[in-house]
Amino acid sequence: MRYLPHTDSDRRDMLAAIGVADVDSLFRDVPESARLPGPFDLPRALGEMEVERAFQRMAVTNLSADRAPFFIGAGVYRHHIPAAVGQLLMRGEFLTAYTPYQPEISQGTLQVLFEFQTQVAAITGMDVANASMYDGATACAEAAVMACRVTKRAKVILSGSLHPHYRATTETSLRYTEMDADVLDPDPLGVEDLIGRVDSRTACVIVQNPGFFGGIKDLRPLAGACHAAGALLVVAVADPVSLGLVEAPGAMGADIVVGDGQSLGVGLSFGGPGLGLFATREKFVRQMPGRLAGQTVDADGKRGFVLTLSTREQHIRREKATSNICTNSGLCALAFSIHLTLLGGSGFARLAELNHAAAVRLESKLARMRGVRVLATSYFNEFAIHLGDGADAARVVERLAAKGVLGGVPASRFYPSYPELAPVLILAATETNTESEMDTLAAALEEVL
Amino acid sequence: MSEIRFTKDHEWIHVDGGIGTVGITDYAQSQLGDVVFVELPEAGRNVTQGGEAAVVESVKAASEVYSPVAGTVVESNGALADKPGLINEEPEAGAWMFKLRLADPGQLASLMDRAAYETYLSTL
Amino acid sequence: MADTLTVSGNRALMIEEPLIFELGHPGRVGVDLPAPAPVDFDRLGGCRRSEPAALPDLAEPQAVRHYTRLSQKNYGIDTGFYPLGSCTMKHNPRLAEKMARLPGFADVHPFQPVGTIQGALEVIDSLAGWLKALTGMPAVAMTPAAGAHGEWCGLMAIRACLEARGQGHRRRVLVPESAHGTNPASAAMCGFSVDSIPAKDDGRVDLAALTAKLGDDVACLMLTNPNTCGLFESEIIAIAGAVHGAGAFFYCDGANFNAIVGRVRIADLGIDAMHINLHKTFSTPHGGGGPGAGPTVLSAELAPFAPLPFVVHGTDGFRLIEHAHDAPGHQPFGRIKGYHGQFGVFVRALAYIMSMGADGLRQASSDAVLNANYLLARLNDALSPSFAGPCMHECLFDDRFLKDTGVTTLDFAKALIDEGYHPMTMYFPLVVHGALLMEPTETESRETLDAFVAVVRALAAKAKAGQAEEFKQAPRFTPRRRLDETLAARTPILRWRPPADRQAAE
Repeated sequence: MRYLPHTDSDRRDMLAAIGVADVDSLFRDVPESARLPGPFDLPRALGEMEVERAFQRMAVTNLSADRAPFFIGAGVYRHHIPAAVGQLLMRGEFLTAYTPYQPEISQGTLQVLFEFQTQVAAITGMDVANASMYDGATACAEAAVMACRVTKRAKVILSGSLHPHYRATTETSLRYTEMDADVLDPDPLGVEDLIGRVDSRTACVIVQNPGFFGGIKDLRPLAGACHAAGALLVVAVADPVSLGLVEAPGAMGADIVVGDGQSLGVGLSFGGPGLGLFATREKFVRQMPGRLAGQTVDADGKRGFVLTLSTREQHIRREKATSNICTNSGLCALAFSIHLTLLGGSGFARLAELNHAAAVRLESKLARMRGVRVLATSYFNEFAIHLGDGADAARVVERLAAKGVLGGVPASRFYPSYPELAPVLILAATETNTESEMDTLAAALEEVL
Repeated sequence: MSEIRFTKDHEWIHVDGGIGTVGITDYAQSQLGDVVFVELPEAGRNVTQGGEAAVVESVKAASEVYSPVAGTVVESNGALADKPGLINEEPEAGAWMFKLRLADPGQLASLMDRAAYETYLSTL
Repeated sequence: MADTLTVSGNRALMIEEPLIFELGHPGRVGVDLPAPAPVDFDRLGGCRRSEPAALPDLAEPQAVRHYTRLSQKNYGIDTGFYPLGSCTMKHNPRLAEKMARLPGFADVHPFQPVGTIQGALEVIDSLAGWLKALTGMPAVAMTPAAGAHGEWCGLMAIRACLEARGQGHRRRVLVPESAHGTNPASAAMCGFSVDSIPAKDDGRVDLAALTAKLGDDVACLMLTNPNTCGLFESEIIAIAGAVHGAGAFFYCDGANFNAIVGRVRIADLGIDAMHINLHKTFSTPHGGGGPGAGPTVLSAELAPFAPLPFVVHGTDGFRLIEHAHDAPGHQPFGRIKGYHGQFGVFVRALAYIMSMGADGLRQASSDAVLNANYLLARLNDALSPSFAGPCMHECLFDDRFLKDTGVTTLDFAKALIDEGYHPMTMYFPLVVHGALLMEPTETESRETLDAFVAVVRALAAKAKAGQAEEFKQAPRFTPRRRLDETLAARTPILRWRPPADRQAAE
């Protein structure tokens, strides 16, 4: 077995050193009735070649995005990943290290996290960011709980602009607690009244910007209303590339910004793992969940980094911790950070412009089609369209797929109990989409409608 | 009347004219190690005897500070916010944590005097 | 350290590396992007960014060198022996990385029509099949993103089941003192209170004390098995019986499943729910702190409450159930993260499992236990073992052997760093003083273990010989020496700021 170095004679010698006759006697504390006499009746070990063959077979049955005109977003975005990202991620010292609990031999990971935190704070316009969480949805749930902790209130308002998975995950997190969620209907037109719902019981309002259906809002009035009522404003950002062009939530008054860093460096990977982004104001840092890297000095006075403020965390606070989270999404944070480093400030802004330009181009092609109505008046790289009364976007997407086109996500996939959303299709365009792919989509859509 | 009393959780309280001053003992700070952060109660908060009133944190531990007696917080020690290490340096003097107006001075009788506290420490 | 001073501050391969923010120069770029088509920005809702994000501009060679140099300041499993107890730092097969990067897995979207992602669903279903077979449990929730997330998932299923039975008053969770901190934290997130149960002198749960704590208000027991002292809970079947007898559930923290996979069926122990850390037992990389995955196996009674989404077999291939009304008979307690689970981790874990097969998995747990017992036997007289053997996949020592030497567990760990090893886990579990918890794993050769034993024995002799000062100075050969954690916590600096900002702030 290629991963197990022992030979049978190694095993014999070691058992002799221990002073037992066989390995089974090392398992003598296991109740006899629970011991298995031999291996399960399951497939036996395979060589690399056989495993590769099995995986190739499964992989090719998927229609991957590199083989189709691809316009799906809805929280997971396809951006080009520079070749250097993947190469650097495979450095074994990054890939095979544990959480940096021994800082003297983990300065690589720790400095990366410190840089990552600074990058996230910079793009979101916030003071501080943590070293990441599982994904955007869980980061959103953590923000709701943190807002309740900060305000000592229990009501969380979830906007209809919020990604349905972020909403559902947050609702689940509050389900058996003293906190509860006020969940608004999905809001494709961006007409909901959030300010009117904020009251003295409100811990926070959670909105997404750009919204799940694409719309971009100036959040300043909402932030003002939240703060006047003693509540916090939480802003979710599903595609952080948008922050190259859209006003930073921090500049619009957000108290907590969450998001998913998947769109930079991580790739689609069928939606997991993601990279939960979490940023807030300096004054709330001790209420924040998740790991934090901080700067300090070593015994020789040189700058170095450590994990810090860990008294917030479960291994010290146990049931009183700010969260039970015990990992971050370390390797994904590294991928995000490398990608953003390669882009730099100018590349980040240009990438955002390219995305927006692609979406504008796509909108202009679709808006010309009979029966199609673009619902969002503002958007970044994603918008919802209405395919006409009686149209079924889910069926349209299936027909597009049959033509080899991955043409967006039907809103009904998330909101099956809202018949008015049946004709709504959510489409994303990024820098990866060519003009001819957009023409292919438009032509295919024309045929199936 | 001026007296100092101790709890089994290693808080001290010094009472003078109906106002108690509360901190943690030298033993408590030595167990915690370098104190890095203190969370203090705001003035006006009512605390119960044995109820959570403050939190002290070192790098690797966080510990609740319980109020030795019931009362209303009248002041907390702002100097600790900037200089939490004061708790390590002078725990039973300059690093007092909060002052409270006693609700029931009779509760003091349930606490240890210095001699009793020192005897208690020797059993730990 | 005068003897290591160089002009540059570098020490050969150990090269000082600034922050990216100190390396950037406007005008450089690391990605050549085409010029965007002109747009008039009237679609941004009047919310065009006012201040560009303050990010440094680097060219690709600078960035590549930056991250390469940072990687060289890290210790990984690829670097050397990493006996970090309770973390399972074993070899991460590169085949798994290669498989996860196949475009058919890496470049598929979670919201593609299910007809175009049958292979992805097959990966999830195959892995689920293995996890069920290896535990003997009828169901598995695949979406938990990590061990702690799996704990919470399992407890939420328990809570939902209790509520459905009209037993919502059961809110107390029993947790041994030796448990991971995540256990009580996860319980609190389900609205449960935590009641800790003591251990016996042999490091195992005190069944009598546990039984005394059972009652009509207990929701479940959370028990790590093998436990955090590296011991199998030999009375586990009686424990399960007592817990079930009191109408409560038995949650097992499966962090240490790697010790028993292929040798013990979880279902035979009376366990109702258990998470499996794929990044431990099934060797997916830890990545400097994640991402992991924590699928949670469930009993038949808890299965209907499993979270959304899940994969089922349809008439026409695999289906993905994303809504409760698509799953008659199920009462999912909700959704716990975005999308369909840690798919990239699933691919890697499945590649590992298929490589090992049923025979290899059993051999792996056997060798893991063999290696830990070998360390225990060889270090028995030099250190102070906390409990008599045999142990399972890890062996626990405490600091009695350092008594009166002036050397602490921390100092001992730092000295190991200078010797080229990653230290064992220190000060956990909390039930022994100054714990040193060693988990060698099955992927270490006998030669590696022998070399480590020799170093540990020599260090123990050094400590006993009164050379404490040397330990206090350790580590001396690392990119950074001991770091001031008090300073970091007292005056938190959590991000880089430009020098001008810093001056203004002071």
